[in-house]
Amino acid sequence: MKAHLTRRYMFSASHRLHSDAMSEAENAKTYGKCNNPYGHGHNYALEITVSGPVDESTGMVCNLVDLDGFVQRDILQRFNLENLNTRAEFVQAVPTTENLCTAIYDILQRGFTQAHLEKVRIEETMMNSFEYAGGKLLSR
Amino acid sequence: MVYLTRKAEFAASHYYHNPDLTREENQRIFGKCNNPNGHGHNYTLEVTVKGEVDPRSGFVVDLKQLRDVLHREVLDAMDHRFLNKEVPEFSSRIPTTENLAIAIWQRLISKLNQAQLHRVRVYETPDLFVDFYGEA
Repeated sequence: MKAHLTRRYMFSASHRLHSDAMSEAENAKTYGKCNNPYGHGHNYALEITVSGPVDESTGMVCNLVDLDGFVQRDILQRFNLENLNTRAEFVQAVPTTENLCTAIYDILQRGFTQAHLEKVRIEETMMNSFEYAGGKLLSR
Repeated sequence: MVYLTRKAEFAASHYYHNPDLTREENQRIFGKCNNPNGHGHNYTLEVTVKGEVDPRSGFVVDLKQLRDVLHREVLDAMDHRFLNKEVPEFSSRIPTTENLAIAIWQRLISKLNQAQLHRVRVYETPDLFVDFYGEA
């Protein structure tokens, strides 16, 4: 039997939305307040959904200790209480929550092998959220 | 096609233990959840059904009927119970959230006659939930 498991994590980080490919006026027009040169921060909520057959012996899709350990080590330690613009993932890319979704998806896809990665969802504020499923259609 | 979700809450206790494994293996895999005296959660259940909107009633499903089935098949059996000892499915299966979602799906699937069951979602805590879509 195949089940989907979703775990939610919180982290806080700052960022500034600014693209070197645009003029100052274009940046200001595109990103508005988010273009403030000193940056600003959010409390992000990250939801990771994995899937797989429920193991007969453990009753689990994957052991949460493994997922929590991976996320702590490879995602939260990298981004929590950091300025996203200074991280390697955002040297080339603007740290929008769209790009944060794809960066976190790629980290999980490369390193977390205990279950199939379905999607990554991030709430930047209570009013907006973003989802990425590796280019697959989000049917659910 | 319209999807309708009904939410319900129940409180239950459980523990994780596989009698085929040694004590040490059980401890290693299940950690604190292996405590035989059990521990509890406030579960939130979301049942999603899908169907065409009936042109006469404007309903996908009679909500009262859905509520009655949920109460009879799930809440009466699981609310304020020790899942390992009082719910028959878990005499042979470990009551993880994964297996709970599957058991609830199996209890509901034959009892919903108007609408088609789409998804069973079980929150064990606000930061952990399992979805089951009836996939083999």
